[in-house]
Amino acid sequence: MFTEMKKNSQIFQDSNNTYYPEDELEVSNVIKELYKKNLPTELIGLGTKNFIGNKIQSAKKLSLSKLSGVVEYLPEELYIKVKANTPLDLVEKELEKNDQELAFEPIDFGFIDGGKSNKGTIAGHLSCNFVGSRRFKVGSMRDHILGFRGVNGKGDIIKSGGTVVKNVTGYDLSKLVTGSFGTLVALTEITLKVLPKKKLSNTITINTEDKKLVNKLFEKISSSSSEVSGAVYIPEEPKDENFDHNKEMVFKFNDLEHKGSFLALRIEGDKISINEKIKSLTDELELSKLDKTILDVHQSTPFWKKINNLELFKQTKNNLLRAVLPPSKGVKLMKYLGNKYKYYIDWCGSLYWIEVQSKKNAKVGEIKNLIKELGGYLTIIKISNEYDHEETIFTVDDTRLLISEKIKKSFDPKRIFNPGKMYRGI
Amino acid sequence: MSELVLPKIDKATINKKEYIFKNLAKIINSENVLSHADEIKPYETDALAAYTQTPLVVVMPENTQEVSDILKFCHNENIKVVPRGAGTGLSGGALPLNDAILLSLGKFNKILEIDFENKCVVTQPGVTNLSITHAVQHKNFYYAPDPSSQIACSIGGNVAENSGGVHSLKYGTTTNNILGVEIVMMDGTICKIGGKTLDQEGYDLMGLICGSEGLLGVITEVTVKILKNPQIVKAALIGFPTIEEGGGATSEIIASGIIPAGMEIMDKMLIEATDNFSKAGYPRDAELLLIVELDGTESEVDELLKKVSSICKKNNCSSLKLSKNEKERLSFWAGRKAAFPACGAMAPDYYCMDGSIPRGKLTEALLEIKKLSKKYELPVANCFHAGDGNLHPLIMFDGSDKEQLRKTEEFGAEILKACVRLGGVITGEHGVGIEKRELMCEMFNNEDIQQQLDIKKSLDEKNLLNPGKVYPILRKCAEEGRVHVHRNEEKFPDLPRF
Repeated sequence: MFTEMKKNSQIFQDSNNTYYPEDELEVSNVIKELYKKNLPTELIGLGTKNFIGNKIQSAKKLSLSKLSGVVEYLPEELYIKVKANTPLDLVEKELEKNDQELAFEPIDFGFIDGGKSNKGTIAGHLSCNFVGSRRFKVGSMRDHILGFRGVNGKGDIIKSGGTVVKNVTGYDLSKLVTGSFGTLVALTEITLKVLPKKKLSNTITINTEDKKLVNKLFEKISSSSSEVSGAVYIPEEPKDENFDHNKEMVFKFNDLEHKGSFLALRIEGDKISINEKIKSLTDELELSKLDKTILDVHQSTPFWKKINNLELFKQTKNNLLRAVLPPSKGVKLMKYLGNKYKYYIDWCGSLYWIEVQSKKNAKVGEIKNLIKELGGYLTIIKISNEYDHEETIFTVDDTRLLISEKIKKSFDPKRIFNPGKMYRGI
Repeated sequence: MSELVLPKIDKATINKKEYIFKNLAKIINSENVLSHADEIKPYETDALAAYTQTPLVVVMPENTQEVSDILKFCHNENIKVVPRGAGTGLSGGALPLNDAILLSLGKFNKILEIDFENKCVVTQPGVTNLSITHAVQHKNFYYAPDPSSQIACSIGGNVAENSGGVHSLKYGTTTNNILGVEIVMMDGTICKIGGKTLDQEGYDLMGLICGSEGLLGVITEVTVKILKNPQIVKAALIGFPTIEEGGGATSEIIASGIIPAGMEIMDKMLIEATDNFSKAGYPRDAELLLIVELDGTESEVDELLKKVSSICKKNNCSSLKLSKNEKERLSFWAGRKAAFPACGAMAPDYYCMDGSIPRGKLTEALLEIKKLSKKYELPVANCFHAGDGNLHPLIMFDGSDKEQLRKTEEFGAEILKACVRLGGVITGEHGVGIEKRELMCEMFNNEDIQQQLDIKKSLDEKNLLNPGKVYPILRKCAEEGRVHVHRNEEKFPDLPRF
């Protein structure tokens, strides 16, 4: 025991009560100590998504930022194994060398918070499971994790999954830790599935204010076999001065002259197949009857980057909500939002990013109730400074809350990790 | 077969069988409670037919509330429950216990809603995998995961086992293709997870339930995602003179950035066996046969087929055929789909193994199996879902010879251990069940297993739901049985298995 205590005391701790373990064993030793002393601890990476979730009271902080670096990357096996807090930037650069990518398009939350790119770490993205436009085609981050290693709330080093796609050996804990906001496990190593990067992309934009048409187009796109890999609707911004009017500036492209609302869809592949897909979509969507333009690859690639950087909400002081609902219910939500809110629709009609001005905080609850009625769920991503909110961050019913509490206890019986971050009291 | 260790029988439960029967007959329609020996006989085993156990009582509830009432009663009375879908599982996950109620979801056999607008189907768990595709194919939609037993296996069972199929590399397994489930916990709590939306918030309970082999809850409703048929599907049939060259081509195809819809490999013994059995017209001189299936738009598929062809030629393929039409494409698959019965025709018994390895280790794995085959003096035929690294060696033997049986079991366990050594796992798609329970410690240490047991305990504190499955009872790495088929008398012999 003495040796263990001595070991822990050697792990660097700064004046903010933050531990900086350098490897998995050190993480385990620190957590064993925290467990013994019953000390609630905030798990931190690079802090780029720290604003999401409830604020927590903790005695200590555990920075996992030193657990960084590629452990194994086998392009031909379509996986990359990294230490959990490897910066996303580094992983993307590594994959780029082999024309591969993380197909789920991680969101760069840096723009919302600090106005510029700040992508954070793999563990941070995994803990949130918020992904970009290609989701409806390829799945979210939970569909791309093959395995992990980490330390539970008792300090035990545990693992699940592996490096292969097909694996039904034991419970699929990889899914469970994805989107768990660091409340179950301090992640130390993550293996992700990677995919070949598509050669080129083109984007068709369709100018329309007609919400019913938008919904119909989303329906047709998702029924198409032309493999559309992104479909968003960017409505005209509300006139209200409490919203930042940056739509025209963000989506400033030579071939996008239209100033009003528009729908955009992405087609990927080589030149021949893109042309083939545009041809069949022209028939399927009756494009000849619509006011449309095509953005070439030089405009298409940055266009989707801007979408997945959430640049429309750059440095917003307002509340930011993320709602997912069955696409058929979109018309009702669009009608409710009207031109009173700044919002856009992603995932081919399933995902809504909604900005609610800080003066209208009570509306957050109203929108949440509507989303629930429509069979969807709502997550509060960012809360304005003036908002003393009582809303829960997530939409969850009592039964699931109870089950979640039991699961939390099975990993972290003393509620050491990020207590209350997701649900108060859990 | 080796002797199977099952949880200690609770005599008190067996002694109060009459009381249990009477109470269950009050909870649900008494006609749906079976206890007569003749009635419960068909439920004594699943498709791992080597093991049989007589259940205490069989219940066949008709709706979620009945499932909840049954579980609540069992929870209060400390009675074990084994859930069962179609009983086609190959790892004994639905093997009954003498002191447990067998809860059959057979009456949950209706599709509840087809929602083309939201691209999903809401269904009861007893509906077969294939009938979901049948229900939507008139509008050119389909349900992607396609386990070989899809004509008979139920979607609830697919969720419990996280079933895959030939197309997993591109389209994922069950867990990637469902949007929502309704489950009943052991204490009777009904819980809805997900719905018609993509993903869900909070802890991914659906991800946890999927593949939990009936240990955490009883699935009473599933919402699956449906996909539009690809514009075109084409296949290539390629023979290689050596294992090394075939394995090399397989790795190179993936490394070149191609994601085939399906990629299958057969070794020489299986090429000959299936060709004899189904007259598929396979190149019999080849040591290794590769089937590559591609889907997408016409120009995309043609372009990729060109690439595949040139990679195979570079790796010295001895024959190469591209499908000219749908009929020819299906003929490429005919032999592969007859792999299991073809082996059944070659020897009195065979064991079907299931493990996953990294694709790049294919050559090593096949050479290792060949070596083991010599060591144990037992023939083995290999088929392999090469796209996703899922290996199915079929060991042929004569079960009436006790020594051969013992050797086969040892051989099988050595193959799975080799899978783990090569960076793979002990089960790719058949589940752990009772079959590979004792091999769990090849992959997981005590801490790993303890975490999984802690989850189980948190959701089923009395350990009443499907006990004795998945997790080793004695935590010993014993060599337990595989899928044992005697004289081709496989349970559900008509089901394709591949």
